[in-house]
Amino acid sequence: MRGAKSAKWVAIAAVVALSATACGGGSSDSGNDSKAAIDPNGKFSIEVGEPQNPLQPANTMESNGSIVTKALFTGLVDYDASGKIVMMNAQSVDSKDNKTFTVKLKPGWKFHDGTPVTAESYVKAWNWAAVPANKQTNSFWFSDIKGYSDVAPEKGKAKATEMSGLKVVDDSTFTITLNNPLPYFVYKLGYEVFSPLPESFYKDPKAAGEKPVGNGPYKFVSWNHKKSIEVVRNDDYQGPNKAKNGGVVFKNYTNLETAYEDLKSGNVDVLRQLAPKDLPVYKTDLGDRAVDQSYSAIQSIAVAYYTKQWKDIDPKVIQGLSMAIDRNTITKTVLQGTREPATGWVAKGVLGYQPNAAGDVTTYNPTKAKALIKEGGGVPGNKISIQFNADGGHKEWVEAVCNSITKAVGVACTGDSKADFQADLNARDAHEVKSLYRSGWVLDYPFIANFIRDLFGTHSDGNQGGFSSKEIDTLIAQADAAPSLEASEKLYQQVEKALPNYMPSIPLWYYKVNAGYSEKVSGVKYAQDGDPILTGVQVKK
Amino acid sequence: MPDVTKTDVKKTGAADPAGATPPMTPTASKPEKARSLWGDAWADLRRSWIFLISSVLILVLLLITFFPGWFTSEDPILGDLAKHYLQKPKLSDVGSADWLGYDQQGRSVFARVIYGARASIAVGFGTTVVVTVLGGLVGMVAGYFGGLVDSILSRLTDVFFGIPFLLGTMVILNSFADRTTWVVIGALGFFGWTQVARVMRGAVITTKQADYVQAAKALGASTPRIMFRHILPNTLAPVIVVATISLGIYISAEATLSFLGLGLNGVSWGNDISDGGNQIRVAQWIMLYPSIMLSITVLAFIMLGEAVRNALDPKMR
Amino acid sequence: MGRYVARRLLQMIPVFIGTTLLIFLMVYALPGDPVRGLFGDKGGSPQVIAALRHEYGLDQPILVQYWNYMKDMILHADFGTQIASGRPVTDVLGDAFPVTIRLASLAFLIELVVGIALGVVAGMRAGRLTDNVALLISLLLISVPVFVLGFILKVVFAFELNWLPPNVNDSTNYKELLMPAVVLASASLAYVTRLTRTSVAENLRADYIRTAIAKGLPKRRVVGVHLMRNSLIPVITYLGTDIGALMGGAVVTEGLFNIQGIGGTIYQSITRREGTTLVGLVTILVLVYLLANLLVDLLYAVLDPRIRYA
Repeated sequence: MRGAKSAKWVAIAAVVALSATACGGGSSDSGNDSKAAIDPNGKFSIEVGEPQNPLQPANTMESNGSIVTKALFTGLVDYDASGKIVMMNAQSVDSKDNKTFTVKLKPGWKFHDGTPVTAESYVKAWNWAAVPANKQTNSFWFSDIKGYSDVAPEKGKAKATEMSGLKVVDDSTFTITLNNPLPYFVYKLGYEVFSPLPESFYKDPKAAGEKPVGNGPYKFVSWNHKKSIEVVRNDDYQGPNKAKNGGVVFKNYTNLETAYEDLKSGNVDVLRQLAPKDLPVYKTDLGDRAVDQSYSAIQSIAVAYYTKQWKDIDPKVIQGLSMAIDRNTITKTVLQGTREPATGWVAKGVLGYQPNAAGDVTTYNPTKAKALIKEGGGVPGNKISIQFNADGGHKEWVEAVCNSITKAVGVACTGDSKADFQADLNARDAHEVKSLYRSGWVLDYPFIANFIRDLFGTHSDGNQGGFSSKEIDTLIAQADAAPSLEASEKLYQQVEKALPNYMPSIPLWYYKVNAGYSEKVSGVKYAQDGDPILTGVQVKK
Repeated sequence: MPDVTKTDVKKTGAADPAGATPPMTPTASKPEKARSLWGDAWADLRRSWIFLISSVLILVLLLITFFPGWFTSEDPILGDLAKHYLQKPKLSDVGSADWLGYDQQGRSVFARVIYGARASIAVGFGTTVVVTVLGGLVGMVAGYFGGLVDSILSRLTDVFFGIPFLLGTMVILNSFADRTTWVVIGALGFFGWTQVARVMRGAVITTKQADYVQAAKALGASTPRIMFRHILPNTLAPVIVVATISLGIYISAEATLSFLGLGLNGVSWGNDISDGGNQIRVAQWIMLYPSIMLSITVLAFIMLGEAVRNALDPKMR
Repeated sequence: MGRYVARRLLQMIPVFIGTTLLIFLMVYALPGDPVRGLFGDKGGSPQVIAALRHEYGLDQPILVQYWNYMKDMILHADFGTQIASGRPVTDVLGDAFPVTIRLASLAFLIELVVGIALGVVAGMRAGRLTDNVALLISLLLISVPVFVLGFILKVVFAFELNWLPPNVNDSTNYKELLMPAVVLASASLAYVTRLTRTSVAENLRADYIRTAIAKGLPKRRVVGVHLMRNSLIPVITYLGTDIGALMGGAVVTEGLFNIQGIGGTIYQSITRREGTTLVGLVTILVLVYLLANLLVDLLYAVLDPRIRYA
């Protein structure tokens, strides 16, 4: 997933540019960088790849496009570094029953073309994106909203073009009604899919995807395909995260080594990630401009429960395999400190994260691992394989994990390399994974449910391994029905504590951002999704 | 169809960059007896320093391929991360596991280099055999029968030649879940046979007109007999030249595909070079030694091809 | 001459259909689906997937897809639409081709000038030290894989000596393109050297050269006009077919030096299953290759008076 070398396939990166850092982060930075004067209108450049999709907020699923749309659009809410909600365009989002939410907008917000941002701007945009004919890749995000199945029925013709759950009350107020109560729905609203769109968008959505008009901290200037995208500060911006720089140039790189070389020679200012080649040296090269910080993503080995091998397996065997992996050594050596051993299924920086949720299942212990596997009846065939995509930089750790398992418990283990992500995905979709497969998850919204419900529920989209447990499904349903966010969080934490008895997957490690920036800029911070917070960057004179 | 022949024979020269068959006068047109050509060639080869060096190198490579255990007792797959992660080479310790250092999985680079030979040699030889048989057959049939058959086969050859080699093999390798040696050989062979086909076709067309072939025909020899007994031996020389030179090229191609993440699954120099590239700033030896071995191997085969060409092409003397 | 050209052009039609169909079928056989791939790990709404598949005609049989594609391409110069970006393929190709053409031309120039010069020098001194040194250099250039060579050059000329920029930021800057062009040209350069050398050495002993020398022509004229004209025929054939290879074969080089040309587009189209982009690319490459071949054959007639096309 993230950190992937060539396949920049961050599935969904959710956190919009962090407002908290914009409020608090700036001041803490000014201390160490005070030597150089700041140019408030200075522009800086950042490394990205060519966005795969047009720049429409509900159509951007990969990291190259989402970092740009995040700069151009601001939604209702956002999160801070600890996973708490911050109001952006919304004055308030209230609900009595967690089913009907009333959204009040802040006054005076305008799109970049000068038209005001109204309740209609949101409702119409969401309805438009939900219609399958408009082919927005992220449209399923609206499926919680009442009436979605009429707009986008699984079979047959659509009965409606608008979701009945969305109602405009007045210019600055609208209500959202869900199919079922969801205590943490506000968290989902932070994802850029829920951005507003200006009236001009609908005239020619395709052209609008090439020249987006948003309401965010930056205004779009130009998109020179495969070369660069330029945005400038929106001086009329009303949000708390007003840009501290004059604008951003998103510079297109196809390979990260090149970007790093350019960083050193001053041709690019901010990197999002580093090539494996540069990891061993970047701290020496960059000094205090090197970034090494964790973000909310986890890598794990998922079990293909639909295979003969694992169908009726005793979870003890999976526990044993998990304990045969020397996470400490592997993260330090092969992964060069770019990951941190996982101690549970939920990533750090997410509301509801608890340390050591998995108990000793994630601790390396060959003796116990052997005993557990034996107790559980052994690994069928005494042979496993881990499927991965060769274009994602996974080969090295897969080899290391395999070697660790083979050495610790004597189970033969090989990497099952698929040529690219497409082939990998295809095998997973078609339930053709032979044994185990690598799996990565970057947060969509910083609430614990995203790492549990969306991955291990029997019918969840993210559950591709066919894991199914009645007990876990019941626990999840209870947590979803909780009366408040806090109660829901507690119940979800209990679900995570129960997971070692079921072992839906083997957690490996949490991701870290390993990146850097040039001498020209300061105040560079990275959000939970691993992307730099553009608005907080200051450019030196 | 004389003019078509002319243009296509010219293409032969093009398709055979090392110039095995100069366009105007293909080598095999010499109406000498086969034995004397080979005999002369052998005498020539023995005196060539290029041949001597390359054959010694290839002999050593073959030994390594078939008996890796003679050279190292290390396990090339299971390493020890905790102890050997990126350990530096001890160059004075020739032949030991420590000699060329350890890689990022804690495996002995020397053992990897030794065991990696098998993949390269297998792909090189395998592809050459596939390409020679397939291309030879197509070229023989096209050249011998001429007319419509020739037109169809020649256009088919053009089709495969027109698709860029690397692009074509990349697409094929992407569609296989398990990239074994056979799959890689198949993919390289699928797009590689055209060159041999063209060389063979050109040679067959000129040989076909030779008196002894006409005589055999007049005596009522069967078509297969004429093709394989009379024509084939006289067309072998240019094909062999193309084959030896391209053997090295296929080894190099396999490494390039590995570099792009599409090579063999398993121990191979290409994979090690590609993986070692990630450590280039701190542990150059991981990439360096497989690169040297790869280059030497390719060089050995190309030198052999060069020597054989010199020996078989009378004009070179 | 006119009839010959017409016939050659006619012969191109089946080749053109064959290559495009072949690549179409191959891309079709790849596992994975470009539309499904848009949705990454999480899977998207089946309704949207179906709508997208329908829009791009992916729900039709392969031969129908091929027919429609070729029809649009030939009748309307419409190469289809990229699935992920929604951009016309012609735009994508329009971005990539100029870059690749600049790189390929520079590489071509290097291989032409350096290759022929080295070859002539070696051929004139066949069997002597210069010849053997040239032989060794060219064999080495063929043997060292492109990615190794690229890395060596980068380390030496960009990092250690600081003579050249390590990467290409501006593809119109020929100084930046120099190093990748050298890498791209290296193998072909070696072949050109070998070809020229063989040809020169052979022609040097030909009767007409002896005659020319015996006639008392100055050596410069003998070498410059008579020898070169006859020796360059096989070299030109090779160079002709190499143009296509230089353009389509730069996947590794472009990746190493951050060049956004055809090679990178090829790689990306394969991994993302963008069949339309790939077929469009191959179509143009095949056309370039076919026309270059025709041109070479016509050049023959100019260089070698013995050849006359009816």
